[in-house]
Amino acid sequence: MENRSFIMNLLANDIAARWFLSALLTLGIVVPFCNLMVPQDSWFHVSTYTVTLLGKYLSYALLAIALDLVWGYCGILSLGHAAFFALGGYAMGMYLMRQIGDRGVYGNPELPDFMVFLNWSELPWYWTGFDMFWFAMLMALLVPGLLAYLFGWLAFRSRVTGVYLSIITQALTFALLLAFFRNEMGFGGNNGLTDFKEILGFNLQSDGTRAGLFISTVLFLGLGYLVSRYIVSSKMGRVVVAIRDAEDRTRFVGYKVESFKLWIWVFSAMLAGIAGALYTPQVGIINPGEFSPLNSIELVVWVAVGGRGTLIGAVIGAVVVNFAKTFFTAAAPEIWLFFLGALFIFVTIFMPYGIMGVIKNLTQRKSQRVHKAPADEAA
Amino acid sequence: MKNIITLMLVVLFGWLVTAPMMVQADDREFSVILDGLKKKSFTEKFSVIEKLEEVGDERALKVFNYMLEGDLFYEKLAPNRIVFAEKVEDGLAIFEVLGGQSLGVVSKRALKKIKVNNKLRGKLRRAIAKLSLNHKDPDVRRDAVRAIFKNVDAIALPLLTERLSVETEEKVRDAIEVGIALSEIESDDKQVRLKAINVLGDSLESEARSALLPLVVKDETGKYLLQDREILTAALKSVSRINAKLEYNSWAETLYFGLSLGSVLLLAAIGLAITFGVMGVINMAHGELIMIGAYTTYVVQLMMPNHIEYSLLVAVPTAFIVAGLVGIAIERGVIRFLYGRPLETLLATFGISLILQQLARTIFSPLNRSVETPAWMSGTFEINSALALTYNRFYIIIFSLLVFAALLLILKKTSLGLHVRAVSQNRTMARAMGIRSGRVDALTFGLGSGIAGIAGVALSQLTNVGPNMGQAYIIDSFMVVVFGGVGNLWGTLVAAMSLGVVNKVLEPWAGAVLAKILVLIFIILFIQKKPRGLFPQRGRAAEH
Repeated sequence: MENRSFIMNLLANDIAARWFLSALLTLGIVVPFCNLMVPQDSWFHVSTYTVTLLGKYLSYALLAIALDLVWGYCGILSLGHAAFFALGGYAMGMYLMRQIGDRGVYGNPELPDFMVFLNWSELPWYWTGFDMFWFAMLMALLVPGLLAYLFGWLAFRSRVTGVYLSIITQALTFALLLAFFRNEMGFGGNNGLTDFKEILGFNLQSDGTRAGLFISTVLFLGLGYLVSRYIVSSKMGRVVVAIRDAEDRTRFVGYKVESFKLWIWVFSAMLAGIAGALYTPQVGIINPGEFSPLNSIELVVWVAVGGRGTLIGAVIGAVVVNFAKTFFTAAAPEIWLFFLGALFIFVTIFMPYGIMGVIKNLTQRKSQRVHKAPADEAA
Repeated sequence: MKNIITLMLVVLFGWLVTAPMMVQADDREFSVILDGLKKKSFTEKFSVIEKLEEVGDERALKVFNYMLEGDLFYEKLAPNRIVFAEKVEDGLAIFEVLGGQSLGVVSKRALKKIKVNNKLRGKLRRAIAKLSLNHKDPDVRRDAVRAIFKNVDAIALPLLTERLSVETEEKVRDAIEVGIALSEIESDDKQVRLKAINVLGDSLESEARSALLPLVVKDETGKYLLQDREILTAALKSVSRINAKLEYNSWAETLYFGLSLGSVLLLAAIGLAITFGVMGVINMAHGELIMIGAYTTYVVQLMMPNHIEYSLLVAVPTAFIVAGLVGIAIERGVIRFLYGRPLETLLATFGISLILQQLARTIFSPLNRSVETPAWMSGTFEINSALALTYNRFYIIIFSLLVFAALLLILKKTSLGLHVRAVSQNRTMARAMGIRSGRVDALTFGLGSGIAGIAGVALSQLTNVGPNMGQAYIIDSFMVVVFGGVGNLWGTLVAAMSLGVVNKVLEPWAGAVLAKILVLIFIILFIQKKPRGLFPQRGRAAEH
């Protein structure tokens, strides 16, 4: 009940949210339609490659929302959020690996190829249950959630903040990167998990499955946005913003800062896990590279470019930067890093509120100019 | 007085033994003797070898070695010289026997090999052993002793005993004693055997240990095979003595490796300790400043290809200036707009790091570049036969400590250092006192960056120089600074060294990757316990 009235309220009062949700809805209907129904030679046909690419962008967008929740709203700059994304991705990847069954190169019905290759005789205990979809999805939520809970419980309770927290999140993802590179871990080592065949009985290579995955990504992105939006506009969300702006003051007022931080942190990690689980089947591979600290930092840039502290900004940032990446790496690979680097510098100096900040500025300029200099917000 | 007499006796005795061998022969006479080798008859060659053995100097030793390897030839056409030959792509490269000058490359057919048979080979081996045992360089003598460890036979034993009686150099004496003991360990005389076992117990040569181990073998029931109690006890004692020493040495080696890794970490992190610790700027481009230093070394070496020995001495100040200037440019161009917003400097400097990486890729290609190591940095320093320390690591440990001391002096004893500390503690107050904080910021950042450049020079001697080399150090550097306590140089030193040593101690039983993971987890947990590092700043400065 509460939820529905919230949505109604949102649609009635927030123009940006209305635009965003309708755009998402349109995308979710038009793209699969143009892919499946429109004949290939038509001008309106959308190739399966494009569908997959868009699906990838949207799962990144969900990840960006997750980071924006903790960074934009709570002021915790995580340099290791891609780790939660990758863990979700690995949970999905393990399910997809088990679905291959005896169609692998070695034809072993129980063991994935890389285990046969390593001469393992049986599945490690932590692989049990991953042949069931529901279990794998539960794990895609629980594993990032638990890790985040453990990490956050330790870090927030000891009041590790600011730069220190950023650095140890980076250490976390770096440690995971190294760990997943090890063959002994049983996650495919360097090569990761790949060669997936089907999901829930549907062939992963078929256009229909691709479109289905795209639609579910759209759905989850919409849902993730709504829930996040609900959280940030709830009373809890206000406390979280207060923590961002003045942590000590909030504590003195009587709020238990640690638990607020912890819950938003864990929720964000689970959201990142879902994004990862959506990402793996569309891209067709998950490997330790996803844990690399560079990925987490790139993720921060998406949010910064789009405008942190605005959920829609995170989505826009993720899509725009990744579109630019796809474009540049194909057109002029050597330019890409120059461009990305320049973008980082430009955005932090000239666009502290990102694209959303610029838009807001333009719309408000008509009535009056309310552009305050970016204050000491991130510190 | 007594000592002098002993010494004189030793010298006299030494002269008596060696004198017959030291027949002085000038180069012409030597060539005449050498020419005898051209004869077909093995008996004649045998006598030539004996004559050369009497000459007994460097020249003869070299001829023997080449002859044994089958690399001694003579020209079929005039001037029919005897030459050394080495196989090259299109024929044989030949060298003069005397002096060793290159005589060019000739086809195989222009030469005739000086053949040897088994009898000659045996003769040559003994001659080589004898000559090198009496070589003037003690290291050559010891290596000669070691070379015959594997089979101290009836021929080698008298040579060793003979040499022992005149040898004065301690390390050669030790080696010879081990060699003699190795031949006596199976002796029928029990006392001789016991003594040999005892001598071997003091040695770290691997042959000594492997000669002792068969004595203490157990059968399936756990009983020792050796019946003689006395010998068994002596052997057990010797083995455990060797094992204890080996363990001690391996700990020393681990410590050395750990300290050298620690000093690499220190070099990489110490610049960051300035920019991050003192100024509060999270400089993600720090690794790329290291990279710039390494590439500077590469370019310096390109510019002075004939003076590689001095290239590092030139590269250190050059790298400091180049990286420092880049650092000042970064500070003036980007960072000064972002003070007080540390997390945003992180993003902007990360952008800079991407640009610098791509710049290196565009200018120097994505491939790794190799930087040459000067001769004085390569090689090892042998403490004993189980422990050898490489010079380059040694120099890096010294170098990192020097850099650390220099930095500490700058911060504590110069007016720049005073200004830096003032601005980092209270910017507004410092400005009110008339310090130009902008200039101080630029110089501080330049200093930190310049030190990163110097670190790059050192690292170019250890790892590959490539566009990605900075990435390898950035995370480690941050860990070191955070672990040590931000804003505390001594903390950085302690953190770097302890992380280095811990890493190397864990490595043997956990493997390199797992050791690194464990260290990372340790740091994560440590930060929970002490959120401000090992040596936190206290007072007002700690609030920000």
